[in-house]
Amino acid sequence: MIVLATLKIAVRALKRNTLRTLLTMLGIIIGVGAVIAMVSIGNGAKARIESQIAAMGQNVILVMSGNISRGGFRFGFGNPGTLKVEDYEALRREVEGVAAISPEIRVSAQVAAGNQNHFPTVVGVGSAYVDIRSWRFASGANFTEADVRNANKVALIGQTASETLFGAGTDPVGQVIRIKNAPFTIVGFLKSKGMGMGLSSQDQDDVVFVPYNSAMKRLTGDTTFRSFSIQAATPDLMPSVQSEVIELLRQKHRIGPGREDDFIVRTQREISETATETSRTMTMLLGCIAGVSLLVGGIGIMNIMLVSVTERTREIGVRMAVGARGKDILMQFLIEAVTLSIVGGLIGILLGVGSSRLLSAKMGWETLTSPESIVTAFVFSAAIGIFFGFYPARKAAKLDPIDALRYE
Amino acid sequence: MSAVIKLENFSKTYYTGAVDVHAVRGVSLEIQPGEFVAVMGASGSGKSTLMNAIGCLDRPTSGKYWLDGVDVGTLDRDDLADLRNEKIGFVFQGFNLLSRTSALENVELPMLYARPGVRGRDQLDRALKALETVGLSDRADHHPNQLSGGQQQRVAIARALVNQPKLLLADEPTGNLDSRTSIEIMGVFQELNAQGMTVVMVTHELDIAHYSSRMVIMRDGRVVTDERVTDRLFAPKELSRLDREQQAVQLA
Repeated sequence: MIVLATLKIAVRALKRNTLRTLLTMLGIIIGVGAVIAMVSIGNGAKARIESQIAAMGQNVILVMSGNISRGGFRFGFGNPGTLKVEDYEALRREVEGVAAISPEIRVSAQVAAGNQNHFPTVVGVGSAYVDIRSWRFASGANFTEADVRNANKVALIGQTASETLFGAGTDPVGQVIRIKNAPFTIVGFLKSKGMGMGLSSQDQDDVVFVPYNSAMKRLTGDTTFRSFSIQAATPDLMPSVQSEVIELLRQKHRIGPGREDDFIVRTQREISETATETSRTMTMLLGCIAGVSLLVGGIGIMNIMLVSVTERTREIGVRMAVGARGKDILMQFLIEAVTLSIVGGLIGILLGVGSSRLLSAKMGWETLTSPESIVTAFVFSAAIGIFFGFYPARKAAKLDPIDALRYE
Repeated sequence: MSAVIKLENFSKTYYTGAVDVHAVRGVSLEIQPGEFVAVMGASGSGKSTLMNAIGCLDRPTSGKYWLDGVDVGTLDRDDLADLRNEKIGFVFQGFNLLSRTSALENVELPMLYARPGVRGRDQLDRALKALETVGLSDRADHHPNQLSGGQQQRVAIARALVNQPKLLLADEPTGNLDSRTSIEIMGVFQELNAQGMTVVMVTHELDIAHYSSRMVIMRDGRVVTDERVTDRLFAPKELSRLDREQQAVQLA
């Protein structure tokens, strides 16, 4: 029997019960749609994290203050405390293979310009920082080492912070902002970097950089740094730089052998591996949940096909009487099931792509619909049709023509 | 000329539960091409079992059955299906047309399963020709529920004829029809028979059996009578007689 003719029969049988067909398909539609949307979201998050990590700069090693115990209290990561100015000076002088190094200090402060108030991320950094983190300038220039030394009141500003304070399209270079009521002159206007890491949607461009000395002396009064960004000269040098940094800091902090570090050293690769692993796990989890709904959709197909075989027992009998082989009947019902699942799958793909577009547009979540996930979803839905359609189809094919003809 | 149907000591036993049911016990029967045979008998006489066997829907428990020279007992399920497709046209009591499917498509059905396949163009031509034979060319795109019982049975006959079978097998073809339509259907059978088609028909109505040329009566799984029909009825004559009677009633 020709496949085309069988397809025609299948389509007609499905059209006969439009509502039932649609409801049966709905399971597959939702399943495939969910798989595609979920995987898109997962992939989008992964891509964002990857670009984020690339934006950290090349060959970067991060040293973070952390794990300090004082009087029985244990302070978590990022606490002010252990990274001192002397450490910075020592690292700068003594570690070989370092191309650039910059400390960072967070300032929690309101920033004002004219009558505008805003709470951007204010960070005190060294003059090398913008190079390490590959920031580019839209206008103006970086502050100098002399600015750092003299604790000059100069600042670099990101796109979002500038737009909020001065309005879009204005070049803020030369303008004055007040941080904790101290006036800072903007010398550099940074190009945009985009959204932050993960789903937190932290805006990387909502930022103001000031020389770390200015931050310490004029804004916070702190004497310790939150972290160091160290750039190794070449990728090959990273392991040796990392171990030298650890050794030097342990020596400086007088940490005896066998004692825990009071700082954390992470290379860019380690951070990226953790982040990708996390997003991969998330993608898998989302995909699994969506896969379960696809499975349920498949069971729905099997259910309806079994009902359909019972309902059409006489038709099967007639077909057999006029010469249909068991195989012909098997093919007829199998093609019907596969048609259900493939059409459902195609609609599901549209739904999945559409909803991930909608999510990016409305929620600002980055999504990435890969052709692979679409092809996989399509093949998978066809496979579900074959898998769940086979049992009912075989049941139909094994009917005895005499019994089938007599069935009421 | 070789027989279309040749049964030799044919038996069929159903092994269901404690008691074995001997539905047909040792029937020997030969039907030659061009015969019109009515198989009669009360219910439980084994005539349906015999029909199923003749229709290659079932195989004998013992004994032999040759259909058009083919030993049916040696065939598997698929071969039986092919044999039915090629050599037998079925007409059922309940018409058994596919609902929500046009008359034309119903008639095309056996060609879907033909080996080798039939080309789309030929399919249409042959189906239309079969419908013409039963006088329903103008109803080709009607669905079964738009047709009367007699018309539905004609579509079923057209379906049975479309693969040019050796044998037309009718199981109580008039069981669901009124007497006038029954005679019309008998007329179609007689016409086909006159053109050389072998017809085997199961019925329990004696007057319907009289349209055939040979009557086989079964009881308890055996053939008890097998004789020529002497006072044969002819459909056109019976129809005009029926018309006259009706006129007479109306006049009175």
